[in-house]
Amino acid sequence: MFELVRESRLKYQYWLDIAFRNVTRLAAFSVLILLLALIGSLIVASLPSIQAFGFGFLKSPEWNPVTDEFGALVPIVGTLVTSAIALLIAIPISFGIAIFLTELSPRWLRRPLGIAIELLAGIPSIIYGMWGLFVFAPLFAEHVQPWLIEKLGPSPLFGPLFQGIPMGVGILTAGIILAIMVIPFIASVMRDVFEIVPTLLKESAYGLGATTWEVMWNVVLPYTKIGVVGGIMLGLGRALGETMAVTFVIGNAHKLSASLLMPGNSISSALANEFNEAVGGLYTSALVELGLILFFITFVVLSMARYMLHRLAKREGT
Amino acid sequence: MSTHSAKITTPKLIVRDLNFHYGTERALKDVNLTIQEKMVTAFIGPSGCGKSTLLRTFNRMYELYPNQKATGEVLLDGENILDKKQDLNMLRAKVGMVFQKPTPFPMSIYDNIAFGVKLYERLSRYDMDERVEWALSKAALWTEAKDKLKKNGTSLSGGQQQRLCIARAIAVKPQVLLLDEPTSALDPISTAHIEKLINELKTDFTIVIVTHNMQQAARVSDFTAYMYLGNLIEFGDTSSIFTNPKHKETEDYITGRFG
Repeated sequence: MFELVRESRLKYQYWLDIAFRNVTRLAAFSVLILLLALIGSLIVASLPSIQAFGFGFLKSPEWNPVTDEFGALVPIVGTLVTSAIALLIAIPISFGIAIFLTELSPRWLRRPLGIAIELLAGIPSIIYGMWGLFVFAPLFAEHVQPWLIEKLGPSPLFGPLFQGIPMGVGILTAGIILAIMVIPFIASVMRDVFEIVPTLLKESAYGLGATTWEVMWNVVLPYTKIGVVGGIMLGLGRALGETMAVTFVIGNAHKLSASLLMPGNSISSALANEFNEAVGGLYTSALVELGLILFFITFVVLSMARYMLHRLAKREGT
Repeated sequence: MSTHSAKITTPKLIVRDLNFHYGTERALKDVNLTIQEKMVTAFIGPSGCGKSTLLRTFNRMYELYPNQKATGEVLLDGENILDKKQDLNMLRAKVGMVFQKPTPFPMSIYDNIAFGVKLYERLSRYDMDERVEWALSKAALWTEAKDKLKKNGTSLSGGQQQRLCIARAIAVKPQVLLLDEPTSALDPISTAHIEKLINELKTDFTIVIVTHNMQQAARVSDFTAYMYLGNLIEFGDTSSIFTNPKHKETEDYITGRFG
């Protein structure tokens, strides 16, 4: 009788185990299904646009809802250029922050600074956008842009980048706001990977008489380069996809200009601005195709970041 | 092995009333000793006795960390290196260091050597090549490494990496070489290599070695200091320390009854 109870109990547990396994498997696979469904629907919805414009879509600067002529060049360029500006500004600053936090800062200052950086990462992007439009852009237009136009405008090499009138908003402003937004991400990854550098390795370099800069630049940075690049890629991923803050300050003009002071457009801000007004199949479809392109760009960037972080983890393990 | 009945010695480092504090903890207590030029001096003692701490005052490595403080005097050729005015980088060019574990920099074997040299000297490509060969030969690594100078330093074996670190330290032509348990991460064969090397290097450099291997101290050093709980218990000729220790504590430690 006792035997019988035990057997039924075991059987029950066996089925429970199977059920549990299948439920968790379903949960895990739902992520994959969602991802595939997302890509699938993006592709299906952009088919009309793909059929109408083909690869020309990527190269055309045209964006005319009235004549149903669409090209993605302006938002693609805007997205890539603003992200590039953001990285150009954010990488050196983040490097400085990370060096200070790991090597130079007095102990009592490390925690508050670290927390401040994490808080900066947590601020909703719309606040950056508002601050950018209402506070930063006017100051920028009044104090910095005239100087850029006057000093760098005539230069033969960089001149074309700094033409026009000081409007505040534009590609450069968007890049700067993006830089502020990605600094916390890059800086905290850099700080984390700098902290895993063996003390003895750093002491060896200091022991030869190297300065803090020489130790960081020649020893710590090469030692952590994969992690650092991974962190930069994560920042880049965020910069590429950022919508609200960029929409506020980029100017939202479908115009291609060499000048960084002119308004432009990015993929995500084009989407945010125009979805409301998109009437007609081709207009909507072109917007969805923009989304597909953005998806592709960020996917590639993030996979590269994952891959590099993975390689770093593997090297640490050995 | 080291029976020097009549050594002709010149003092290189003189330690006077040296005290060391980690925060409020006193890790060295009124240490006084003299390290002779072009001799090997070994610091032995149980873990936590202050032997590494003492070594790290000689290149002021402790300065990297807050709340660590040395008071007293350490005279290198008569100049107090604990003086505030002492330039740290210049000091470390004169006093090189090799650590418990091999620490090749993440760069080629050639650049590992050249890195330190470039901090102080501007050499032509030819002179640098010569310096790298000189340092690697001194460290008994040249024949093994000469065909892979462009390879990463981490591609060498553990023992070779440690010899690379020694080569790197002597490439800047220091006067004093500090070895902080240089063989503790190595196998017996590599250890024998390094010990042989120490013997050869003392013709050019003053060497101070921290070790918890007493046989090693007996094999490689001319002078031995036994430390315990931050005190220098006994210091003298290696042969007399090991054959005829004056203090009971020293005898207990070297005969293995303690530590």
